[in-house]
Amino acid sequence: MSTITTDDVQHLAQLSNLLLSDEEVSSLRDDLGEILEYIDQLAELDTTGVEPTYQVSGLDNVWRSDEVQQDPATRELLLSLAPDKAENQVKVPKVL
Amino acid sequence: MGHVLKIAENVLSGSSSARAEVEKALLGAKSNEQYHALLSLTEERALKRADEIDAKIKTDGFQGKLAGVPFVVKDNYLAFGAPTTAASKILENFNAPLQSTVVEKLESEGAICIGKSNLDAFAHGGSTENSAYGPTFNAYDMTKVAGGSSGGSAVVTALDIVPFALGTDTGGSIRQPASFNGVFGMKPTYGMSSRFGVVAMASSTDVMGCFTKSVDDAELVLSIMSGRDEKDMTTLPDFFDIETDAPQSLKIGLVQEAMGDDVDTEVRSAVEKYAERLRDKGHTVNLVSMPVSKYALAMYYIIVPAEVSSNLARYDGIRYGRRTSQASSLAEVYGRSRDEGFVPENKRRIMIGSYVLSSGYFDAYYLQAQKAQTLLINEFNNLFADYDFLLLPTAPTPAFGIGENTSDPVKMYLADIMTVPASLAGIPALSVPAGTTESGLPIGAQIVGPMRSDAIILALAKSMEEN
Repeated sequence: MSTITTDDVQHLAQLSNLLLSDEEVSSLRDDLGEILEYIDQLAELDTTGVEPTYQVSGLDNVWRSDEVQQDPATRELLLSLAPDKAENQVKVPKVL
Repeated sequence: MGHVLKIAENVLSGSSSARAEVEKALLGAKSNEQYHALLSLTEERALKRADEIDAKIKTDGFQGKLAGVPFVVKDNYLAFGAPTTAASKILENFNAPLQSTVVEKLESEGAICIGKSNLDAFAHGGSTENSAYGPTFNAYDMTKVAGGSSGGSAVVTALDIVPFALGTDTGGSIRQPASFNGVFGMKPTYGMSSRFGVVAMASSTDVMGCFTKSVDDAELVLSIMSGRDEKDMTTLPDFFDIETDAPQSLKIGLVQEAMGDDVDTEVRSAVEKYAERLRDKGHTVNLVSMPVSKYALAMYYIIVPAEVSSNLARYDGIRYGRRTSQASSLAEVYGRSRDEGFVPENKRRIMIGSYVLSSGYFDAYYLQAQKAQTLLINEFNNLFADYDFLLLPTAPTPAFGIGENTSDPVKMYLADIMTVPASLAGIPALSVPAGTTESGLPIGAQIVGPMRSDAIILALAKSMEEN
């Protein structure tokens, strides 16, 4: 069903937001090819008319009351985790 | 009486103290560093909590069921006292702003976390060799793997550093290392315990469980860990209650496909011996067939990577975790932080996940896997109409050598072949020590039951322990 090419790997890397080196692309191409070859056998199973499984617990929508609940993690605590910050905000490189 | 129960009893009665127990555990941890089972010790906080608990016992009559019991937490559970790294570089210095529900519950009964254990990075692996900080070595033979992904927790339990340790099981990550290290490892029913505050791998199969050296310890720990949590809407209404009576005249199915020639001879023989012991106790053990289960690994390595690709998208170097210093644009912040912060196995799974979910491949892979999952669940249900439990090995081999499977991703995945079916069905499974190989490596047998049968599985294992 699938042979994976270097272009495929580059495309997947882009979808996954991974900036890979050339060696990584090459080694991943081999690994992914091997993995896909294994999972391809799933095509042997006849699933005509079978419903997909979306969840196993059998729970329906679980509701809670629409009330604000104080989080244990405060703003200060969360901000302290940011790699770069300024003026009480997380600092990031320019987007545009 | 199990170690956990004994320690709590001693601490509450005054014949020991929380401080003494914690100091002993820390000493044990420091004398066994060569196994590399722990990534960090939460020493300062542990000693402080020990003193607090000792004081509470004296002045407030504190009666916590786990008073003063030291334990270890797999480093993908958020906890205080040391960074929570998930054995990844991308979370190298991440100080959790909150604790996971399970850790909170155990602490409220007086248990004391003494350290965070090693795992495959983000729990991606079956040997703990994918840790960004180096592997953990098997408690019985340091040339062998600890198993994974909860290798560290299995080893600290096997070495008696602590009487119980926490693990997570998405496809076998508690059961398989339990099997490799000769301890009990429980994968509960999906939804029995809260996933809140645990680094998510595959949200539809991740479960929280534990390692112990005796079943009654597992029963006690699980009874405290479990329960509906408002913060995790996939938790089931409370159902776990320790079963005090030994189950009688059970009908058990020995899974034929898991006992074939491709399974290690000594593993098969250990499981056959366990089946004989079950028969001696008055239970019936017959061979049963599960033809769909041979596709479970393929289903697993479609569904789980798909969820992984989504769950690991949050590690972007922006709000927390490691941000690359090499970026000249926002896209590079994402791309480089992730490339630098993830190990190769993380990248394999993220990319397989993206592949099977991408347009043009979704139907053939992800949708097909979800349908196949239905067939697998039906296969289990049909068997459970006639059988109380299923029996099979936990893994096809005992612990393999360090480096033996690392160059071959699929070979590594095949170590999970006997554990993934229960994960995909959300049903409980316990790995019990069932003997050793001639060279002294532990072998585990696996008891699998229908949803919510956790307490009876444990009761059965307990009745088999007493000899």
